[in-house]
Amino acid sequence: MIEPLNAILVALIAGLAVWITLARDTFSAVVAFIAYGLLLTLAWVQLQGIDVALTEAAIGGGLTGALLIGAASRLRSSERAAAAELPGAGLKCFAAVVSVAVSGVLALCVLALPTPAPTLAQEVAANIGSTGVGNPITAVLLAFRSMDTLLEAVVLLFALIGVWSLTPDRFWAGRPGLRQTADPNGILAYIARVLPPIGIVVGLYIFWAGADYPGGKFQGATILAAMWLLTIMAGLADPPAIGRAGLRSVLVLGPLVFIGIGFLGVAVAGAFLAYPIGFAKPLILAIEFALMPTLTLILGLLLLGAPQRAVES
Amino acid sequence: MTTAMAFGLCAAVLIGLGVYGLITHPQPLRKILAFNVIGSGVFLLFGAIAYRGAGAGMPADPVPQALLITGIVVAFSATALAVAVLLRLHDETGSASLSAPDAEKPANGEHDA
Repeated sequence: MIEPLNAILVALIAGLAVWITLARDTFSAVVAFIAYGLLLTLAWVQLQGIDVALTEAAIGGGLTGALLIGAASRLRSSERAAAAELPGAGLKCFAAVVSVAVSGVLALCVLALPTPAPTLAQEVAANIGSTGVGNPITAVLLAFRSMDTLLEAVVLLFALIGVWSLTPDRFWAGRPGLRQTADPNGILAYIARVLPPIGIVVGLYIFWAGADYPGGKFQGATILAAMWLLTIMAGLADPPAIGRAGLRSVLVLGPLVFIGIGFLGVAVAGAFLAYPIGFAKPLILAIEFALMPTLTLILGLLLLGAPQRAVES
Repeated sequence: MTTAMAFGLCAAVLIGLGVYGLITHPQPLRKILAFNVIGSGVFLLFGAIAYRGAGAGMPADPVPQALLITGIVVAFSATALAVAVLLRLHDETGSASLSAPDAEKPANGEHDA
């Protein structure tokens, strides 16, 4: 039997996905996407993935939603012209056939999943003691599969380099985004003063608690980045010029420390990213502390996009 | 029907809807949205499989769940890059169309090379 809550969740998620796909107006599709991200967060809780739920709420719904809303409002002027290139009935039929076929094959695979399900939970439970961390997800991210996390940090950095490389020549090394002007006595400026102290504490707590409980650097860094973006949107802070050496060195610090500890493993423990026995926890902490500022800056700067004005303005 | 199966079938529907949107929408931003719907469907399918792998005192298999966190972050960075490319295209040409500019009607802006 399926629980009623799960049935409602599945129906709402599928319904919102239909809305995202079929809505005429791009802006309303983006708004639906944010609601969809929040519902997916509940689905993750039902699937016992609290860490994934936190990530989905912070990044999947929150940051991606903010990014797409910003893009949708900047593209509004060209919306009508682009929407006019409607696909013909033939293409729609073709797309419907392809999508039904994809869904059908996947549904058959879901129904044919093997029982008992293959799992690595036993291996994780048997080896988690050697890492010194209590949260199995953190153990996987930073010990058993730390190569994935290293490459992920590098992917984020490359994405930011890609975004920056789209800067027009005249704004190179300038500041991302337009200068925000909000009423200094308005509600946005008020919230941007009151919320960040609380948000920073919550973000750091989620980061620190990630060793033993759900949470971790990605979720914590997203909250810190959100607080930073809030002060920028309220006009209280200005985004840094991307040409600054200090900014760039913080951006590469996290991945460099991670790679350095990886090579330390080659010398001391016999393999890249291997931790010497007894030193796993301090090394994991060192990586986390080095990655945290890098991730906060990269996530915030990815959202701000390519520079749109020169340094002086 | 089990919880994992319900969310797994939901994921299959999401991926199908995303594929439909990716093919039919002319606007690049809608394609990016559809790409994200496909992504979330893949993640949900992965999560349903992780949920089936519960064992050894853990409520779900932590290995796929950790890979999911990586996946969500990488999907965000890919989306940010795609949006940046799209906005630059819009700034340069004044239109967000993927059609070749020398097709029947020219875009309302000019390429400033």
